[in-house]
Amino acid sequence: MSSLSRDDVAKLAGLARIEMTESELVELSSQFGMILDAVARVQEMDLSGVKATSHPQPLENIARPDVVLPSLSPEDALSGAPAQEESRFRVPQILGEAE
Amino acid sequence: MTLPTYDEVIAKWDPVIGLEVHVELNTASKMFCSCATEFGGAPNTQTCPVCLALPGALPVVNEKAIESTILIGLALNCKIAPYSRFARKNYFYPDMPKNFQISQYDEPICFDGYVDVEIETEEGLKQFRIEVERVHMEEDTGKSLHVGGATGRIHGADYSLLDYNRAGIPLVEIVTKIVPGTGKYAPEVAKAYVAELRDILRGLKVSDVKMEQGSLRCDANVSLKPIGSDALGTRSETKNVNSLRSVERAIRGEMIRHAELLNEGKKVKQETRHFQEDTGLTRSGRSKEQAEDYRYFPDPDLVPVTPSAAWIEELRATLPERPSLRRKRLKEEWNVPEKEMEAMINADVLDIVEATVLLGADPTKARTWWLGEISRIANDRNVAIADLAITPADVAEIVALVAAGELTDKLARQVVEGVVAGDGKPSEVVAKRGIKVVNDDGALMAAIEKVCAEQAETAEKVRGGHLPAAGALIGAVMKETKGQADAARVRELLLGHLGAN
Amino acid sequence: MIQQTAAQMAEALTKGATTSVELTQAHLDRIAAVDGQVKAFLHVDSEGALAQAKDVDERRAKGEKLSPIAGVPLALKDVLAQKGVPTTAGSKILQGWRPPYDSTVVSKLKDAGVVIMGKTNMDEFAMGSSTENSGYGPTFNPWDLTRTPGGSSGGSAAAVSAFEAPLAIGSDTGGSIRQPAALTGIVGVRPTYGAVSRFGLIAYSSSLDQAGPFGRTVLDTALLHEVIAGHDVRDATSINAPVPAVVNAAKSGDVKGMKIGVIKQLQGEGYQKGVQTCFDESLQLLASLGAEIVEVDCPSFEYALAAYYLIAPSECSSNLARFDAMRYGLRVGDTDGASAEAVMSATRDAGFGREVKRRIILGTYALSSGYYDAYYGSAQKIRTLIIQDYAKAFAQADVLVSPTAPTTAYKIGEKVDDPMAMYLGDVATIPVNLAGICGMSLPAGLAEEDNLPVGFQIMAPAMQDHRLYQAGAALEAELLTKWGAPILSQAPVLGGVK
Repeated sequence: MSSLSRDDVAKLAGLARIEMTESELVELSSQFGMILDAVARVQEMDLSGVKATSHPQPLENIARPDVVLPSLSPEDALSGAPAQEESRFRVPQILGEAE
Repeated sequence: MTLPTYDEVIAKWDPVIGLEVHVELNTASKMFCSCATEFGGAPNTQTCPVCLALPGALPVVNEKAIESTILIGLALNCKIAPYSRFARKNYFYPDMPKNFQISQYDEPICFDGYVDVEIETEEGLKQFRIEVERVHMEEDTGKSLHVGGATGRIHGADYSLLDYNRAGIPLVEIVTKIVPGTGKYAPEVAKAYVAELRDILRGLKVSDVKMEQGSLRCDANVSLKPIGSDALGTRSETKNVNSLRSVERAIRGEMIRHAELLNEGKKVKQETRHFQEDTGLTRSGRSKEQAEDYRYFPDPDLVPVTPSAAWIEELRATLPERPSLRRKRLKEEWNVPEKEMEAMINADVLDIVEATVLLGADPTKARTWWLGEISRIANDRNVAIADLAITPADVAEIVALVAAGELTDKLARQVVEGVVAGDGKPSEVVAKRGIKVVNDDGALMAAIEKVCAEQAETAEKVRGGHLPAAGALIGAVMKETKGQADAARVRELLLGHLGAN
Repeated sequence: MIQQTAAQMAEALTKGATTSVELTQAHLDRIAAVDGQVKAFLHVDSEGALAQAKDVDERRAKGEKLSPIAGVPLALKDVLAQKGVPTTAGSKILQGWRPPYDSTVVSKLKDAGVVIMGKTNMDEFAMGSSTENSGYGPTFNPWDLTRTPGGSSGGSAAAVSAFEAPLAIGSDTGGSIRQPAALTGIVGVRPTYGAVSRFGLIAYSSSLDQAGPFGRTVLDTALLHEVIAGHDVRDATSINAPVPAVVNAAKSGDVKGMKIGVIKQLQGEGYQKGVQTCFDESLQLLASLGAEIVEVDCPSFEYALAAYYLIAPSECSSNLARFDAMRYGLRVGDTDGASAEAVMSATRDAGFGREVKRRIILGTYALSSGYYDAYYGSAQKIRTLIIQDYAKAFAQADVLVSPTAPTTAYKIGEKVDDPMAMYLGDVATIPVNLAGICGMSLPAGLAEEDNLPVGFQIMAPAMQDHRLYQAGAALEAELLTKWGAPILSQAPVLGGVK
């Protein structure tokens, strides 16, 4: 029986940037045992020597020429912005450093 | 407690360095969309659904970016992967619209290369080999402006403003293996490596490589181990090292900081540090213990890159000569002093001078024209030499005309001006403006006779053997012939006329 | 007029018997009359639709050459970006967002003069099989308003089934077109992966998503398929090949000499009795038409569901990272002093529903270091085995068949608290998505137990989509003869109008 503890779920929620209430954490952790058991069936088959497929079609080398096409107008680009200032997206203070 | 001196550090510790260089490619459009990449546009004018990560938008790779990356790999002596893929590096950050960066993970396009650099040591010139682990493609992030707080820095800001013009500009990351055995020269070797890389990239014409504009950025990893030990120490990774001088300073500074900690029996923390241009010191950034789990996986929106061997060879054939080798060769072939060589490199005229020489011009003459008169015109007009309407072929022609005696240096300058003004090829300028050396002895003799009659007293002095006085007469003849006469011939004829030779 | 097929409407338009404005208005009236009960639409763009209709009428009057279904109205799943029209993917996190661009599917519809009447309800970000996971409330099955129409394209399927639109667009990541088509008694096709551009289709699972057509007949579905399919340079996974001749195939339905493979793993245990009966009867009809029925073995299909519920959540955990309150959509908790990080987390908590959060967390787990190989890696290998099983099966048969869904439409609320029971409903449709091939569901009758529609699934190899229509049209014609009238004539009357 697989399981994920409340703390495991909390850590994943942090990685996924989803705030969760205590009851949500507990509910998810209780559901995960069952879900993980079901998906863990992928490990039942002998997969040695089987290649992974990440894409259903065998396409390769699809690229576009280096040509500039018109961009959105800044008005359109910013049309959905929850907040904006000086043609820039305004966001709350950023705590961490960039990469 | 005072910091150890650099000499004290290297007496006890052996540095191991590693360098990660990010290069913005100079493609016209972005890595995964068709927005322009031009630097300095008004905020958010170079954005589209793809680079803003609007719901539903999809990336498509820029083929020029793939080509440029392969060229870089080949120039760095790398192997080119017959199969490579893009992967998503997942982490949240407001300057990265998708909250994942499309990069390459375990299947980079180029791997296993090297760059040799030479530096001046106490034992003379010494070569160091920097091994390149991988060269891979990724995309740049947007830029944030931090508002409020004291310094415009991220810390203490009230909020931030984001401009995504830079988001999605193609980046190539070049990662070295760890570089041991540089000893006290570690900072200089690192600087020489970045300089060499910059020259190689410039030679390939794949990037503007302007460190000050951020189109070439360097992260420097440093660790120390006791001299003679095999065990690697804990490394720090210094970001934002944005000039050649800073590369050297940052590594030297980190070596001293590490040594101080280790000398005191403390541990070096594995962390990201940020270089401060003003102080030359680094400050602590994100600690690696809290490092994100990036959850890399192959990007399902993009398909594998599988360059054919034929294409790779085609690209290899277009590789320019390694800049450092070329410089050595040209210096010898042209017999140019080092100072002049540097002047040409700084003025960015090496290519143009070489092209002129290849068209038959004398190297010294070619260099003098480009570095002298033509540079001056470019300076006056505040434009790049390359943007002037004069070509290596024009300069070669002018040099040839002077050599053939059909132009004097003074007349040649008029011709240069004419070509730059758009009056055509040198021969056309000569014809159009009637610029011609007067070498018709009859016309010259008439002028000489006229001048000698007008300045009889001076002519008498010359006839009497006082040769310095001839200068005034020659000058008057030149004036009479509007500067089109060959001064040497005038002198010859004048002295003959006055029986003074 | 609204009960005609799209092909009949198109013919009436061509002949001048009606106008697109009239036709569109008739459908808008139907929507006004019944959508309060069905709740198929999240947004009805009456003004835009009538303007489009007027434009098509004018172009027709000028004698311009128009596409075969120009002027016919359509319902668009809210997962596709349409410029200036609210587009939410059924999520609160996108409430009020109006895209500044058109998806390729929308561009193609506009170019073809197809009139887009509005955006239909769906499970949030296409995650679900009942439309109950919509952030805006469920859609109700026109056959029984206490039941779900299936999902995730439940709004589109219900709209077509309830005569609110003759045609609709859905998207199918694990069965989201075929299963609701089955549960509402209409035809739905998931084209070959890469046949229809994904540009502007809000991504759930990039390697599985594919938009496709709904219609009340096989021919109608083919007419729409032909309009939206085709290569697109803006989608790197788009196939650069001619669109299969699906309309011709739908017009010349014929299974004589065709080898039809029944997948051993997709029948019997776990399938509702009435579902199995309808399936078996359809199979007999096909045999009577001269098809050769063979049984094929696809052992890896036992693991398809498990593989799907790793791959799709993994990809979605990354695809949905962009909904972060910074550039568009909902922003919650932006009070003095709140950090960007806190606002992101609070917004994603408030904006995403339970199922979406569940899948994001599952996917985050499956991709995380230390678990990648065991989960995501293994799932991708199962995918390889499924592709190999299909290849072997298609060596023995031209098309493969199965029931589309194991049961008929279930009651709203019945499975909503039991994610595993809900996931099992996708067991027969998921293998097609994992292999990137094409599949169709068409009505095969009503289950004896509950008098609700049953879907018959046909599968064909990649870019052989025409085979679906060839076999589907033949079966459809034979069933119509048997029933004497289209299956929807047996559905209850809604809004006082049939």
